[in-house]
Amino acid sequence: MNNDNLIIGGHEFRSRFILGSGKYSMKLIEAAVKDAGAEIITLAVRRANTKEQESILDHIPEGVTLLPNTSGARNAEEAVRIARLARELGCGNFVKIEIMRDSKYLLPDNVETVKATEILAKEGFVVMPYMYPDLNTARDLANAGAASVMPLAAPIGSNKGLATKEFIQILVDEIDLPIIVDAGIGRPSQACEAMEMGAAAIMANTALATAGDLPMMASAFKSAVEAGRKAYLSGLGRVLARGASASDPLTGFLRD
Amino acid sequence: MENQFFVDSAHLSPEALVKKHRLETDPSSRKSHMEYLPGMEVIESDVCANVLAQMNAYDYTKYTAADVKAALERDACTIEDFKALLSPAAEPFLEQMAQRARLETSKHFGNTVYLFTPLYIANYCENYCVYCGFNCYNHIKRMKLSMDQIEKEMQVIADSGMEEILILTGESRGQSDVEYIGEACKSARKYFRMVGLEIYPVNTDEYRYLHECGADYVTVFQETYDTEKYEQLHLLGHKRVWPYRFDAQERALRGGMRGVAFSALLGLSDFRKDALASALHVYYLQRKYPHAEMSLSCPRLRPIINNEKINPLDVREKQLCQVLCAYRIFLPFVGITVSSRESAAFRNGIVKIAATKVSAGVSTGIGDHESKYTGKETDGMQGDEQFEIDDNRSLDKMYRDIAAEGLQPVLNDYLYM
Repeated sequence: MNNDNLIIGGHEFRSRFILGSGKYSMKLIEAAVKDAGAEIITLAVRRANTKEQESILDHIPEGVTLLPNTSGARNAEEAVRIARLARELGCGNFVKIEIMRDSKYLLPDNVETVKATEILAKEGFVVMPYMYPDLNTARDLANAGAASVMPLAAPIGSNKGLATKEFIQILVDEIDLPIIVDAGIGRPSQACEAMEMGAAAIMANTALATAGDLPMMASAFKSAVEAGRKAYLSGLGRVLARGASASDPLTGFLRD
Repeated sequence: MENQFFVDSAHLSPEALVKKHRLETDPSSRKSHMEYLPGMEVIESDVCANVLAQMNAYDYTKYTAADVKAALERDACTIEDFKALLSPAAEPFLEQMAQRARLETSKHFGNTVYLFTPLYIANYCENYCVYCGFNCYNHIKRMKLSMDQIEKEMQVIADSGMEEILILTGESRGQSDVEYIGEACKSARKYFRMVGLEIYPVNTDEYRYLHECGADYVTVFQETYDTEKYEQLHLLGHKRVWPYRFDAQERALRGGMRGVAFSALLGLSDFRKDALASALHVYYLQRKYPHAEMSLSCPRLRPIINNEKINPLDVREKQLCQVLCAYRIFLPFVGITVSSRESAAFRNGIVKIAATKVSAGVSTGIGDHESKYTGKETDGMQGDEQFEIDDNRSLDKMYRDIAAEGLQPVLNDYLYM
């Protein structure tokens, strides 16, 4: 476990919990860093673009990597412009691509996301695309130069957990990039389950933001992500789907 | 008690009074409110027919407590559920509705509350809408700010820390043409991150022009979706054309605006039907333009200059709260704006349940921000207000009050693309 670091675009992180940006408050950032151990914090560029005294940029602690996202982008072109603006604002080279042309469910547009990934990866960004878990798209993203793939577990903000579990498992099995489960994770147990499946990290926001005791929930997520990771690394024991298995092997009659 | 809308000004000429009285008393003297005037763009759209069919068929007396309970238990609120939540049968369930609304608000918006301020740049109006302080027969101080005055007002507002502005005019193409408004938008882009417009409805190409000038959000209040009542309240002028107003948001979206806002003025007609129609207007347009950002407001009638008696009738705070909770449960993703027409106590309460945006540092007059913000005596050139506001809090005070409620005030969450 000692060297079990998360590696994204050549950068190493000890923590496998990433704070999302949907519901922001200074208290949330503090709890995510202190109690959940987050080393990566997502930041909506559209919110960083403020004159506000209480700018979110001033509240990012030392040593924490900013992951600016392109929320508000409705197509690849807008996402590219927002990513470049993030770099100008001094947010570094990481970018999480979010492209939505649906204001109701905020579901990502996979086609436009592939286009933006290709352009930004060529420009030297560490591109982390948010996507609907589709294997073909994930392969396209990998070929386009993505540093990770971020499939959604359930509609954003819904706290509904691993609604797309089977499809995320396929990505984990088939894609040679860190699979970071993003959106929909509502409880620590769901985060743990995703990590057991082999997800490289978990991104959450609403689950913490709407908790009664923010620091305690942050700490619960930390434990859950770590537990799930350990379980994955240790190789999960066999879970029997139904009944017991026969003690006499069915193939015992074979002679040579 | 009915509202006493008609007031005669001693400043009107005898001829003007004769015309005014004829408009008020003789329906045949008024132009058709359903026919477009020359120059008004007609778009092909089925949204209006859908909304009107639902509203006309809505009989809110037939819903029962069981319907309301079922609506509250369901995961996703259907149109039928929404109708139950707006009905009188839902009134005893207001607390449960508020709990559910709060949950939906927090899922979609967390604990954030956006702040903005309106800036009225002109109060000339060519319409006779009987409840409005700007109506052309009301004797008020009229004014239109010059570009220099607009910049000065914007500077004062920007200095207070505000980052989002809503530019408003009276509805007069003659006095405040599209180019004038466009220039105001260009100035606003220098001082603010987000520029919204609440002006008379215009054609798609004009919305496109205004978007290119920097505006990205268009608010048009339909006032009432009851077309007959609308006819009786909007007696003269281009605003009288109900369907052109109805399609304004759709034209704005086609013109490239990112977002649109909707509302009925609650208290003009049957508020339950108007609330249903407002939300369905959003619902059907969202299905057609899924990328668009949408928001709802919920203004109630307020007293105006020269007419203190205008009031929101049977829309009391409880009913307003019911409407807002029902909006939130039916349309969890829409922004809900509560203006300074409402009291500080109401606004403090409703941001914890359903509202996501409030105004602060508000003046509905023309050119008076410097005197109101700084207390400085100015040269006296100010235009009168559209209506009386209730909540006078400054941006600073509002920011602190929202934070004290455990919420996160947000001044900007927007990029102009």
